[in-house]
Amino acid sequence: MPAKCDIAFSLNGVKRELTVPAGMSALEMLRDRLGLTGTKYGCGEGECGACTILVDGSTVNSCLMFAADCDGRELVTIEGVAVSAAGERLRDAFVANGAVQCGFCTPGLMVQASHLIERHPGADEATIRRGIEGNLCRCTGYRKIIDAVAAAAKEKSHE
Amino acid sequence: MSETLIGKRIPKMDAPDKASGKTRYIQDLEVPGALHAKILRSTQVHARIVSIDTRAAKALPGVHAVITAADVPWQRPIGVGKDHLPLKTDRVRSLRDEVAAVAADSEAIAQAALKLIRVEYAPLPVIATTQQALAPDAPLIHPEPHGADSSAHLKVAGSPVAFTGKPDNVAMTFDYAQGDIAQGEAEADVVIEDVFRLHYVTHCCMGVSGVIAEFDPNGNLLLYSNTQVPFLHKREFAELLGIDPARIRIIQPPIGGGFGSKLDIYPFEPIAIFLAKITRRPVKLVFTREEEFLASPTRQPVLLKLRSGCRKDGTLTFRAVETVHDNGAYTSWGATTPFVMMQTISSLYRVPHCKYHTMAVYTNNPYAGSFRGYGNLQATFAVEAHMDKLAEAVGMDGLAFRLKNAQDPGEITPQGMHFKSCGFKQCLTTAAGRSDFLRKQAENRARWSDPAPVKRGIGVASMLHVGGGAKIYPSDGCGTILKLDDFAHVTLMTGASEIGQGSETVLAQLVCEELGLPLSAVTVVNNDTDITPWDVGVHASRTTFIAGNSAIGAARKAKKKILDAAAAKSGKRAEELGLSGGFVTSASGERLFELGKFLRSLHFSDKADLVMTTFYYEPPSRHQDKQFKGDVSAAYAWATQVCEIEVDTQTGIVRLLKVTGAHDVGRVLNRLGIEGQIEGGIVMGQGYAITEELRVENGVVRNPNFRDYKLVTAPEIPEMDVSFIETMDGEGPQGAKGVGEAPAICIAAAVANAIHNATGVRITALPFTPENVYRALHGASEPPVWNAA
Ligand code: FES
Ligand code: FES
Repeated sequence: MPAKCDIAFSLNGVKRELTVPAGMSALEMLRDRLGLTGTKYGCGEGECGACTILVDGSTVNSCLMFAADCDGRELVTIEGVAVSAAGERLRDAFVANGAVQCGFCTPGLMVQASHLIERHPGADEATIRRGIEGNLCRCTGYRKIIDAVAAAAKEKSHE
Repeated sequence: MSETLIGKRIPKMDAPDKASGKTRYIQDLEVPGALHAKILRSTQVHARIVSIDTRAAKALPGVHAVITAADVPWQRPIGVGKDHLPLKTDRVRSLRDEVAAVAADSEAIAQAALKLIRVEYAPLPVIATTQQALAPDAPLIHPEPHGADSSAHLKVAGSPVAFTGKPDNVAMTFDYAQGDIAQGEAEADVVIEDVFRLHYVTHCCMGVSGVIAEFDPNGNLLLYSNTQVPFLHKREFAELLGIDPARIRIIQPPIGGGFGSKLDIYPFEPIAIFLAKITRRPVKLVFTREEEFLASPTRQPVLLKLRSGCRKDGTLTFRAVETVHDNGAYTSWGATTPFVMMQTISSLYRVPHCKYHTMAVYTNNPYAGSFRGYGNLQATFAVEAHMDKLAEAVGMDGLAFRLKNAQDPGEITPQGMHFKSCGFKQCLTTAAGRSDFLRKQAENRARWSDPAPVKRGIGVASMLHVGGGAKIYPSDGCGTILKLDDFAHVTLMTGASEIGQGSETVLAQLVCEELGLPLSAVTVVNNDTDITPWDVGVHASRTTFIAGNSAIGAARKAKKKILDAAAAKSGKRAEELGLSGGFVTSASGERLFELGKFLRSLHFSDKADLVMTTFYYEPPSRHQDKQFKGDVSAAYAWATQVCEIEVDTQTGIVRLLKVTGAHDVGRVLNRLGIEGQIEGGIVMGQGYAITEELRVENGVVRNPNFRDYKLVTAPEIPEMDVSFIETMDGEGPQGAKGVGEAPAICIAAAVANAIHNATGVRITALPFTPENVYRALHGASEPPVWNAA
């Protein structure tokens, strides 16, 4: 029998308690156990950013994090970001700027960008490009994603 | 008057859900009671299967079925060439080959069961290159007659594909000729010849492949699939199962990227179906990223010999091309890319005399499929290198030389393509003008002898691609059903699949434009073969053109019906009435009836009948004849791209700084959407040119992950300046032509020309990775040689 761990954490502002196999990733826990499918599997190796979530306010590739290590942490996924005021603004910017095509990379980018804007309101082009470097997108060529993040960052800096 | 929607920046209708993480892709779908499947792939590149022992795997708790070819003796060959079985019988021919499959309660159990399957192989000699495959004594990869049971697609009337005789490793050959090549050579004052080598790349859709198969108690199959060709694949699945195609329903959940990768049936789909049939449970099969790299199709590697000539005044006289395509172990669409290559070779520029010969050759490598731009990237790479070289040889600048040979509107080429709308020359002058091409080119050149290690270069390349559908199948049609409810809500059911490119939004826009409604008044249904009308699939940049015309047809029928009824009611003539801003309006713009109320009144009368149908049968295009001649598309798209680069001669690093593009798109329908298509295509082209390579050594993929297979990331993208040349195609929907593939096509060619402009060195092999470029610049690599037997 693989080892199991009891963990308690906050997920999108709600306290959760769970028993998870020691080898389970946070990504699997979110998708397969908790049904939060907004966080995507793109590679499972920390290379694509599709699985990006916030853990204690920092972005993390959830495919590389053990579910067991979520114990005591605060997790925010795209489902949490999307319903925040900042997240809604960012979503509107993604939509209006044409930053979404197939959309598979989008949740990860939304989470990454929300974090970037939080840390760097009014971020410039170079900062944005660096900030989303770890998120692969095969459809858009990134231009419109950068524009969307810049638009949202500008709005934020005017708050 | 309501304002036109055409040419506006219209956000994609599905974007809010996608950006909120609400969209359920195939990976996200849970079907109650579903089992999870995994495939056991060969560990050998080429081998006989001696024995397979599945007993231990079957005994594992949670395992519902373990199958091998022996369990499905009724399976049939699949794919374009119908030259392989989903589960391999006595032989594996590439490392990806499917040997066994498991369905279990969880993915983890299925994975564990795979490890318990024992397969004994007897290795066979590996054929790793086309050269080895063509050697006179080469072992045969398909010793049994191959190509004999060719695909229905290729059996269509006038099918020009020659399945070559056995025994050899040649999957297909193509020959095309126009004029008299000897005469063309005799007339040429300058003749040049080069060999080009184009490499392996793969689609890298961010969403990995997946499928869910489920049978109902009556034996009807429900397939959740990301296919780009739902209707034609229904038939293929039916043939495979020996059932009536009418008993198959395909639902297409949102797709995590297509780019041509889902145009064929690949073994994992039938395997999931077999498991569902055997277990009588829904079966879900989703790839890992590593599997996606190993077992999805590729862009085909090509060795290409090009010989071209022109007169002193710069007039092209001939072009002779021979190519060898690495087909991989099986025949998918990759083998048929010559259809597209020869169009570029014969018709991008006016060339009176042309000859083209190609062989698609079996090897034990991953097999090639269709990938955005389909053969055109390879052909354009070679042709545009020669346009530069010939220009130089006759002392002309590259722009003047191209303009001299560029096609004009109205031209019918020797291959039979009729360029009714053609903005090629405007594309050339616009892209060159906006980038200050000639001045920069001369400046860069003047700096060849500068000691500074970092050099600048500018290069140009152009492309021609189908933009009005492509007559590959007997029909190129697409159906629409339009349903008008009260509240003036419209449901548009279309055969056209959405693959992220934005077809849903453009089609809704075209309908709204006819009916004077806002986009919010339309729901698009495009993903269920039980509901949507027939279509031949998302390929060949055809959707906006074909499905767009089809949608407009239905909307016009609806409009006529409404206006006729309004005329009867108002006593005015229907011709004086219009639809605008949600109202039936008079000639003077007076609002006569609110459309919602008016439709409601029709529904409560005996005159409703508010379901319209139309098919766009047929676009005015024709099949190619046996000589590959014919006007295969109702319209053709053109583009010129100028690339500016920086190359560090000490490291070989090439940076793409700026792309100035001019695209003849007929007309811009959705500016936001078309910009997105073009920017995405440019960056995909950048990856093809500079960063991406699927490294295959002795049949083994060496880099099946994003760490070692480098996609372009955000910091690396170039500045992009894109202009649209609106030629208003007479047949296009609102004048538009297809554009999906165009932007990816000429980047590699333009970058190659830019590297030459920066350094004086012409590199004829892709990709331009630091190592390859460094070696080429420092004389440490041999240019490719023609070594086809
Ligand atoms: S799935 Fe986690 S980084 Fe790709
Ligand atoms: S929108 Fe498709 S991967 Fe980014």
